[in-house]
Amino acid sequence: MSARAAPDDAVLLQLLRSPAAARELSPRDWEDVFWQARSTRLGGRLRRHLRDENLPPVVQRRLLAAFTEAEYQRRQMLWEIDRLRRVIAAVAPDFILLKGGAYAAIGLEIALGRPAGDLDVMVPFEKIAAIERAVLANGWEHVIIDEYDQRYYRSWMHELPPLCHRDRETELDLHHAIAPRTSRLRLDMGPIFKAALPIEPGGPRTLAPIDMVLHCVVHLFHDGEIAGSLRDLVDFDGLLRHFGGNEFWSNLVPRALALGLGRPLFYGLRYAKRLLATPIPEAVTRACEAARPSPPTLALMDFAVPRALVPAASPWASAGARISAFGLYVRSHWLRMSMLPLLAHLARKSVRRWKPRPSEA
Amino acid sequence: MKLAALSEDKVRADLRGNGIRLRIGPFAVSIKADDEAFASTLHFLYQDFPLLSSNEPSEFRIRVDYPNGLRRWWRRQVRFYLDDVQPFEPFPSRLALPFFEWGLNWCIYEYAHDFLIIHAAVVERNGRALLMPAVPGSGKSTLCAALVIQGWRLLSDEFALIRAADGRVWPIPRPIGLKEKSIEIIRKLPGAVDIGPTFMDTRKGNVAHLRPPGDSVNRANEPATAARIIFPRFQRGAQNQIEPLSKASGFAKASDDSFNYELLGAAGFDFLSAVIDNSECFDLTFSDLQAALDLIETVVADS
Repeated sequence: MSARAAPDDAVLLQLLRSPAAARELSPRDWEDVFWQARSTRLGGRLRRHLRDENLPPVVQRRLLAAFTEAEYQRRQMLWEIDRLRRVIAAVAPDFILLKGGAYAAIGLEIALGRPAGDLDVMVPFEKIAAIERAVLANGWEHVIIDEYDQRYYRSWMHELPPLCHRDRETELDLHHAIAPRTSRLRLDMGPIFKAALPIEPGGPRTLAPIDMVLHCVVHLFHDGEIAGSLRDLVDFDGLLRHFGGNEFWSNLVPRALALGLGRPLFYGLRYAKRLLATPIPEAVTRACEAARPSPPTLALMDFAVPRALVPAASPWASAGARISAFGLYVRSHWLRMSMLPLLAHLARKSVRRWKPRPSEA
Repeated sequence: MKLAALSEDKVRADLRGNGIRLRIGPFAVSIKADDEAFASTLHFLYQDFPLLSSNEPSEFRIRVDYPNGLRRWWRRQVRFYLDDVQPFEPFPSRLALPFFEWGLNWCIYEYAHDFLIIHAAVVERNGRALLMPAVPGSGKSTLCAALVIQGWRLLSDEFALIRAADGRVWPIPRPIGLKEKSIEIIRKLPGAVDIGPTFMDTRKGNVAHLRPPGDSVNRANEPATAARIIFPRFQRGAQNQIEPLSKASGFAKASDDSFNYELLGAAGFDFLSAVIDNSECFDLTFSDLQAALDLIETVVADS
């Protein structure tokens, strides 16, 4: 296939939709798969998807390599969780694990071969200062020392500025909400904390399945760049396949609408179905129509999202892919900050770009 | 079919067009480049390497090319790409070939976690492999080149690749990178020595490449079982000596010289254990190449 084919025809997506597509791929297609899997960091997951297929030796080796690296990160993630438990046991033994940390801790299939990076945890806002003190006293340090950037996080974000462990060099993000404070989503975190479930009695918790799924799409569509986040959509697909029983499906949309998260769920369902052929009951899709955006917005998203999620053309992304990625980056800022702080932030960032840093001065 | 079967003009044209596709050790590599000197040096150093058949996918698609704009003409620079990833800052264009060699090394230690990768030179004689794990500057490439000229089979001057708990090391015989004074020392050794052009003032000083012997390249799909591990250390003015090392120390040192020992987890332990179980380990300190070769001979002599 040509490198300039439509984005939902990317070979990586074909394989994620249907493992049997592996039987039809040409050597050139596989080369594109290697590149797309590297750039989306989905090689380890792809190995799980294709585990029943007869693959050429070079494909087996490439997928094994990616899987091995991801498994190393998963082990590190579990160790980080263990270390953090000890440090904050006195303050918040029931802290909530988010995203990859949660998937790994409860042993979901989607955690296998999934590269894990930062550890994301969430605690109620009123506990976050005590936890910050506890981790700072036990080997974690602030990555961002710049005062303005620190204030940006503390004033506008749903998490503290990132922390890093000085020996293990692992990043820890302490959240008090699943969407930014200034976000247009205006999320009430009360019910989400209340529904969280312990992994084992008295220890860390995870979000309830529906909230875990909602957080995944909020993260994908409202939290930073969409470009290169195919992994989040693959997580979303895997979570739906794992949790999707009758009760889950009938409560999903009502919960999303009640929390004001209908729109990201609408997008998540739409693109998961379109790009990954996620099985979603018709009734769920219909119920989520309540959160459908206006036609021009949807047309824009339909154009931009697939192009931003999937790398378009090697060696350089097509101009179309680069433009969509930038548009979505601006949009994600637009969604999480209101207009005034956004302009102030972007202005400040632009000025700083031209000012010499202290080390260069 | 080998690269040598193509004319230099054809290699140059293919590098500019759809790329030259080579099997380099266990790896399938596509290369595109837009540089005359690069093409002729590649054609010389890689002449014995097999071309991939058209039904084999390559796992690393590498491009060595020039930026557009001013830099294409003024103090010309060259860029290295793995698909759309550019892991390094550009180099001066005259260094395209060493840049490619370092870039391919980067691809391997960054992505080839289907192997336990130890930073080591590996040679083989009579079915027994000698590993020389070491940090850069310890003289491993010089020793490796000298042993290869004496008739040892080259497995690698850079990587010991291990993919099972069977004590076997997989070959990746590539041009041996010689630095600074080593270039002249190796050139003066008796025997047929094919060394490519010298690249002056790279970030590692002057660099030239010893062409891997055809026999070693032809046997690149034959792994060899480890029998000796020697940790070399070049030290100016030092007394030349070789000392036995316990297996425990050998294990610890070899795992330190690995790029991905920790990443492989339990498999890394099993793979390395098998290599160490099979091998006797030694520390070698040397200031003179011939003395070092003589000392190595005393511990590898077939018993």
